[in-house]
Amino acid sequence: MRIPRQIPRWAPPMLGLVIALSLTLIAGENPFHVAMILFKSAFGSNYDLGLTLFYTTPLIFTGLSVAVAFQGGLFNIGAEGQLLMAAGAAAGVGVLAPHLPPVLAPLIALGAALCMGGLWGAIAGWLKARRGTHEVIVTILLNFIAAGLTSWWVLEIIPNPHSQNPESAIVAPAFQFKTWDPLARFFPDTGLSLAFALALFAAFAVWIAINRTVWGFEVRSVGANHEAAARSGIPVSRRQIQAMFVAGLLSAGVAFTEVLGHSGQFKIGFSPEYGFIGIAVALLAANRPGGIVLAAFLLGALHKGASELDLETETITRDFSKVIQALIIAAVGIRLSTRKFAPPAEDQP
Amino acid sequence: MSDLFGWDLLVSALRMSLPLMFAAFGGLLSERSGVVNIALEGKMLFGAFAGASVAALTGSAAWGWSAAFIAGALAGLLYSALVIEGKSDQIVAGTALNIMAIGFIPFLSKVLFNSTGSTTTLPLEARFTWQPFAWAAATIAVVILVIHRTRAGLWISFAGENPMALKSVGVSVRSLRRWCLLLGGGIAGWGGATLSMALASSYSPLMTSGRGFIALAALIAGRWAPIPTIFTCFGFGLVDSLQIRLQGVHIGAYQVPVQFVQIFPYLLTLALLAGFVGSSRPPKALGKGLDGEDLA
Repeated sequence: MRIPRQIPRWAPPMLGLVIALSLTLIAGENPFHVAMILFKSAFGSNYDLGLTLFYTTPLIFTGLSVAVAFQGGLFNIGAEGQLLMAAGAAAGVGVLAPHLPPVLAPLIALGAALCMGGLWGAIAGWLKARRGTHEVIVTILLNFIAAGLTSWWVLEIIPNPHSQNPESAIVAPAFQFKTWDPLARFFPDTGLSLAFALALFAAFAVWIAINRTVWGFEVRSVGANHEAAARSGIPVSRRQIQAMFVAGLLSAGVAFTEVLGHSGQFKIGFSPEYGFIGIAVALLAANRPGGIVLAAFLLGALHKGASELDLETETITRDFSKVIQALIIAAVGIRLSTRKFAPPAEDQP
Repeated sequence: MSDLFGWDLLVSALRMSLPLMFAAFGGLLSERSGVVNIALEGKMLFGAFAGASVAALTGSAAWGWSAAFIAGALAGLLYSALVIEGKSDQIVAGTALNIMAIGFIPFLSKVLFNSTGSTTTLPLEARFTWQPFAWAAATIAVVILVIHRTRAGLWISFAGENPMALKSVGVSVRSLRRWCLLLGGGIAGWGGATLSMALASSYSPLMTSGRGFIALAALIAGRWAPIPTIFTCFGFGLVDSLQIRLQGVHIGAYQVPVQFVQIFPYLLTLALLAGFVGSSRPPKALGKGLDGEDLA
């Protein structure tokens, strides 16, 4: 029994949202009131919109990261670890090499972040392709390892001498491009920066790479059926490792927006699990780059919107955005329609 | 060094491995029946919260322990609805359930206790001391007996290896898998409750800190077989309790940073899996639906 494909794409996430909002009845809140708070807090003013776009930026990066791995048939739960390692690298360059010239400085730090993020992704790809270790478990473990390593790096090697908070020293002024950033001027004090433009560009680049290049075709073939891909001469292992490397590169974009574009330092716990929200983003968008930008915007708005729940309601807290996310993911994952969300992975854990 | 390695260490390793054993055996039921279970983390969290809060509200450890099983089983039932009825991708559904636990528990906690932080500290009579050991031993014994000595165990293995064969003799693979998820969820819930009611004296947010995933890794490194899984869980418990003792240890004049000691269990798991899994074989129909379609 298959319900035919007339279920529109927006219906499952809407259903998830409605179910989640209805749950607020248990807590004695009015769902419409809660929805209004979310909406107003996300888009109510220029400042709110700027913050929403600021939260959207990392989600575009992690959503793209998860999506590229998906295209290659791999489930990248490791975006969180990849972005942490990348942020550690960016902060490290910014603190340890303070005399780099302006304009060039943030680019060099971004380069370091990309190397580190790509490496962290490629490790998982290598273990999957060469050792047959399932990438889900590997990326989860690598997340824990990245959290430990960056915590040591930030607190022991580049700590902030002027603060008791768990954070790194501030990167040199040359790295903080917000001083000349045109986007930051439009939305002052929101953290929004040119990184948002970079995220949009990354989405475009991923679209080109996946849909318009031989490499992208081969990655998609590996994801769709790796045996058939191998028989037609595609180097399966290499494409898997490369897909995870690119996934790591994309996660590294988060370092650009958070460390260089916003706080200028690595604050432990700066990421509210952007890597995991990225999974939801990729799923919502069925791994299509254009959809990822929209889905990231939706979940960014949700994240910003939920920040007011603590103040504006008696019983609902910001954690509630996780409930909404979970229900949206669950609703999107259910296969009542003929749509497929991810290419099938092979042997399972 | 003598107080570092001794009888004491073994006991503490056993204590630390208990939550893993519950979770891994809960996962074993579901994975042997053919359903991937990365939702163990969420089920443990639900169990930990339900156990500690019901024990706090009723003042009875037994009620807390029962509530933990029910909470885990309900999470398992929800998971089965998503992956069996909804034909959802199993890893996607598992991720959803894990995120759900992170968001829904503070929501419930706020409604019940007007706080999203830790639950109230349990009085001694509402806590468990040796009981989780006994429950773990009993659970493990029952699971081993069922898997290896009963017809239901045979069915479970068939559901994981060749579901069509089982279907053709008139056994419902769906309902078998649903039962495995339900009971497995309850057992994983006990793993969480062991943390909140015995190893600690209250539920604190995200207190499982990845143990559900470690349990899954232990299950895989134990090749989905009960006895080896006991040993891999114990191994992780040992590393965990060593890790606590090794904080502040010196190698020569060099003090090993605490973070390095903390990531050691994860590195070890990674090394184990990279070395082992090449030679271990998952249940054939793991992650597959009844028509053989990929669901993970």
